[in-house]
Amino acid sequence: MSEEALLEVTDLRVAFAAGGQEISAVNGVSFSVRPGETLAVIGESGSGKTVSCRAIMGLLPSTAIVKGSARLRGTELIGLPEPELRRHRGAQMAMVFQDPARSLNPTMRIGQQIAEAVRTHRDVSKAEARAEAIELLRLVRMPLPERRFGEYPHQLSGGMRQRVVIAIALACKPKLLIADEATTALDVTTQAQIMELLLDLQDELDMALVMISHDLGLAASYASEVVVMYAGKIVEQAPAGQLFGARGAVRMRYTRALLDAIPDMERAAHTPLPVVAGRPPDLAALPPGCAFADRCAAAEDDCRETAPDLAEHVPGHRWACWHPCAAGDNSENGDIPS
Amino acid sequence: MTEPLLSARDVVQEFAVRDSGGSWGGVVQAVSGVTFDVMAGETLGIVGETGSGKSTLARSLLQAPRPKSGTVTFRGTDLTRLRGRKLLRARRHMQFVFQDPFGSLDPRWRVRSIVSEPLLAYGDGSAGHRQARVDELLDLVGLDPARYAGRHPRELSGGQAQRVAIARAVALNPSLLICDEAVSSLDVLIQAQVLNLFEKLRSELGLSYVFIAHDLALVKQVSDRVAVMYLGRLCETGPGEAVYKTPLHPYTRALLDSIPATDPGAGRATTTLRGEPPSPISPPSGCRFRTRCPRAADLCAEQTPQMRDLGGGHTVACHFPLEKKEPSALKETAV
Repeated sequence: MSEEALLEVTDLRVAFAAGGQEISAVNGVSFSVRPGETLAVIGESGSGKTVSCRAIMGLLPSTAIVKGSARLRGTELIGLPEPELRRHRGAQMAMVFQDPARSLNPTMRIGQQIAEAVRTHRDVSKAEARAEAIELLRLVRMPLPERRFGEYPHQLSGGMRQRVVIAIALACKPKLLIADEATTALDVTTQAQIMELLLDLQDELDMALVMISHDLGLAASYASEVVVMYAGKIVEQAPAGQLFGARGAVRMRYTRALLDAIPDMERAAHTPLPVVAGRPPDLAALPPGCAFADRCAAAEDDCRETAPDLAEHVPGHRWACWHPCAAGDNSENGDIPS
Repeated sequence: MTEPLLSARDVVQEFAVRDSGGSWGGVVQAVSGVTFDVMAGETLGIVGETGSGKSTLARSLLQAPRPKSGTVTFRGTDLTRLRGRKLLRARRHMQFVFQDPFGSLDPRWRVRSIVSEPLLAYGDGSAGHRQARVDELLDLVGLDPARYAGRHPRELSGGQAQRVAIARAVALNPSLLICDEAVSSLDVLIQAQVLNLFEKLRSELGLSYVFIAHDLALVKQVSDRVAVMYLGRLCETGPGEAVYKTPLHPYTRALLDSIPATDPGAGRATTTLRGEPPSPISPPSGCRFRTRCPRAADLCAEQTPQMRDLGGGHTVACHFPLEKKEPSALKETAV
């Protein structure tokens, strides 16, 4: 598996020094992305999903201490000098962010912003860049691309702006696209449009997609492989079909809790949702044991003493838990408060 | 039938806008003739996308600002006719919870002052009494008064801050709580905690809710009845189960189809809605959804479909509603 990986991340660690404390945002994350694959990285705020991906892209501020390895087609990205990193970023890998309004320059016509991205990486004339920008607008299914070329971001809706951002990201036909909550700010019907677009483009351009999201439903519907993060670590990883299938195999209780907390269309109104008390641990003072132990119904003394390692217990399925849920049991086991 | 707690009739809200040059930009028809009732103890969920006018509708109920026309009758009084002190007095039983708790809590105040402010504003009780009431309210929303009463909003997590906003909202024993995307900014585990808190308050305090959100599953979870809003108008209302199981309006169907499911067998969304919502400055004639509707015909452009009941309190504003499974309703759908 690893020799054909497009992106190979090994023991990635990110810490921030703040006010004399060291905040450990990412604590030893390893995963790989194969060409053409769709990997979903799922977690709550502060789980380290965004920081991991920004570390790979080299987009963290200088206060971040990044350790470990991230190899893109064999090239080590961690510690790569900025000018070299810039050659990879955009050309080989690109990122789409949550808020399309803030990703675009409000004072610049959208077509020029796309053309600029083309000319940054390739030596083409202005006319060629313009033609290519219109082609990219067409690629992201923008209606009337020639007319839209001269418009400003404020003239577009949120969904259309996100299409422009995606067009910029695709300017150099990257092999890896990281979408960081790319549809979170959008309405549900627009979200479906953008996700369909991303998957279509992935097929057309033979591109790997890493989607970062807090929404397990989105991962179940669109991803082929799912990684669940908690307090800077991967706690469970499996192919989406295996994890969410009819006889689903969620083994980690945190993943279980995330699934149970999603309001379900089948659930009768006013029935209490199974909840997990408390909130994620302080990243400046992580416990020695499992970071989820304090909120876990099945936690025992060993959980608080030693952190379980992420290991492949079943082919293709990795989890980090001393007392996992029974296999094939996707029934709820969260605590229903009285 | 008993009198509804809240009753909105033909509520219209419009805003004049100017374009970037400062010249006349037109009139945004944010809410165009919305009618609904909320019975005591009932939760009405309102779902809609960005720009559907659901937040404007919520503010119109509160008379902030007053709707352009229509009436909002709350506990037997038409709020649109009240001014000043009388409006304030009528409104104390109707409270609001907004999306961003940090935006609605004064960052310089401590939790204790924030929660006791409504008590002070309405002159309820002595200082000692207020103090005791604040402790009681914080307990009610699941925050330990000894730990949290002295904190500033910045020392709270998002979920805790929203609990403080809820404690403030229920301080005056309201009968109706209007929640505008009140859990949308919270992480899913925290969101479940806050939703359960809303349920607890419903049963313990007998609260009614108008629960506004863009998330359909969330709205179903908390609502007895659901209203679907599109471009300033309600297009379908009914008991939650009926609206979700047998949607009558093509827009409701499209919304339901867009939800990512947690079982991978469902795979990618079956039908994605095409195009974008039209501008509320010049909405389409007739049915406002017709420009994106797979069932639209000439009639839809000529005539505005009126709300009609297709049985069981399930109403729809559509000339060609989707078929209900019961054969009795099928006859009515033949136009």
